[in-house]
Amino acid sequence: MLRFFLRRVTLILPTFIGVTLASFLLIHAVPGDPIEVRVGEHGIAPERLAALRHEFGLDQPLWKQFLDYETQLATGHLGTSTVTHAPVWDEFLSLFPATVELGVCAMIFALCIGLPLGVIAAVRRGTAFDYGLMGISVTGASMPIFWWGLMVILIFSVTLGWTPVSGRVSDMFYVEPWSGFMLIDAWYSDDEGAVRSALSHLVLPTIVLGTIPLATIARMTRSAMLEVLGEDFIRTARAKGLSPGRVVVVHALRNALIPVVTVVGLQVGSLLGGAILTETIFAWPGVGHWLVEAIQRRDYPVLQGGTLLIAVLVMAVNLGVDVTYGFLNPRIRR
Amino acid sequence: MRQLWRGFSENRGAVFGLGLLVVLIFTAIFADVVAPFSPIDQFRDSFLTPPVWQEGGSWTYVLGTDDVGRDMLSRLIHGARLSILIGLMVVALSLSMGTVLGLAAAFAGGVVDVLIMRVMDVVLVFPSILLAIVIVAILGPGLFNAMIAVSVVTLPSYTRLVRASALSELARDYVTATRSAGAGTFRLMFSTVLPNCAAPLIVQASLGFSTAILDAAALGFLGLGAQPPTPEWGTMLAGALQYYQRAWWVLTFPGLSILLTVLAFNLFGDGLRDALDPKLKR
Repeated sequence: MLRFFLRRVTLILPTFIGVTLASFLLIHAVPGDPIEVRVGEHGIAPERLAALRHEFGLDQPLWKQFLDYETQLATGHLGTSTVTHAPVWDEFLSLFPATVELGVCAMIFALCIGLPLGVIAAVRRGTAFDYGLMGISVTGASMPIFWWGLMVILIFSVTLGWTPVSGRVSDMFYVEPWSGFMLIDAWYSDDEGAVRSALSHLVLPTIVLGTIPLATIARMTRSAMLEVLGEDFIRTARAKGLSPGRVVVVHALRNALIPVVTVVGLQVGSLLGGAILTETIFAWPGVGHWLVEAIQRRDYPVLQGGTLLIAVLVMAVNLGVDVTYGFLNPRIRR
Repeated sequence: MRQLWRGFSENRGAVFGLGLLVVLIFTAIFADVVAPFSPIDQFRDSFLTPPVWQEGGSWTYVLGTDDVGRDMLSRLIHGARLSILIGLMVVALSLSMGTVLGLAAAFAGGVVDVLIMRVMDVVLVFPSILLAIVIVAILGPGLFNAMIAVSVVTLPSYTRLVRASALSELARDYVTATRSAGAGTFRLMFSTVLPNCAAPLIVQASLGFSTAILDAAALGFLGLGAQPPTPEWGTMLAGALQYYQRAWWVLTFPGLSILLTVLAFNLFGDGLRDALDPKLKR
């Protein structure tokens, strides 16, 4: 098991270096060098420009700059924002919990609804329910979520007035940012209504971000269940006289879950991509919103560092899924 | 071919998708004839006119007008042309580059293979919309750059697909026979192996249309794709942001158009896959 784990880690090392190279090249592909970008239209004396270039190591050959960049990364320096002058790492850390909170809620939402629907569709294969659900699921998977989010706001916030339009909690409440997760912080705050306010802010973004995973999970569960339901051990379980519900839930679903869980794990990347759009629409103060703002402000260090961190995160999750899968299924551990 | 159609037409969703696509492509080609007005003409006497069935609507502007008095229907029709064009460009770019890279990786093997596939792995690690955003941030916003960005982002799926199917074909006897008959590498690549990898590629390409249109619209929505007054659907949504709470139609119709187009390509692609590869069908 340890050897399997180590091999997987060494396998992703080249990808990791490639990712850092990509994020390094990003800043160099931007027209004008970082100093000129930072100076903007004010202009700068040529001697000063040369001095600054030397100071930042920009007069070095490209490979040397890359090595310097790698050394910086290894010591935890991701650069500083050109707008706020705060370290990128600190900004990321303070915003990341909001994204995780939204992402986790969206995933729970998608699983809680997608799994049962997929199971029912598989059991009632060929019925109107099955066709209807598959139709809705392919529609959900085709959804432009930036539009979906606005429609949901238009219907539930503007027309019906049920939920707030944007943000994480109402201004009326002061919530001590202790863990960074609004639901937890609101729970421990003294205000009675803070949790309700946080929940009502969370509902719409969760639904919007969870829509595509929900559609994918329902489809995956259905096809995995159909495959398992055709296996011999299901027939055996039925022949033993077990109740249909027990056969479906205990015997079939447990086996169908493996591919579904793998897909869920590997969806973290697209979930983060969806979070960029969802957070922008709902003004949700997370990492995605931060990156979109960085583009509008031409804050390249934030864009570079943030993109790198997200890529590393996706790699880590993929590795985790891979290793867990190997742990659950010894056959692929070769 | 007839067998293909029989398999395809069994799937009602796929036929529905095909029907939608035919209508869409028709309006895209004849946009100038079909659309009642020019997509950028501003009618100063009718700002934010609601659609015809609502109080205050008129048959002149069937789906209403936007904040500067442009006819929604005409903009949507011209948007269809743009979306189909975006899909075509992106799929053509990533399909051709992916084919060349995938074949090169499969045929050369060794260092070339490892290098190409590691680069593709790196591209895959970034969430696709994020990478597209970053590429556009470097190249500068605009429809053309957005198309390049989306092509780069979708490149790995084609490269991997071509490489995998080419590798499995390379092990077949007919390839060995052609090779021993003296066929050169290029002939072997493009006229012997490639046609036999076509089926999965066609499916991937038709599904690729939906990804391309969706991503390009998302970039347009973030202000990084087509720039106003281009009637691109995502860009239209971005323009509607300030006043959509007063005028639901400026928000609803462009998004609905994106959804229907993407849905049509997805249904069509799914149907095509089932028809081309009966093994996958359950």
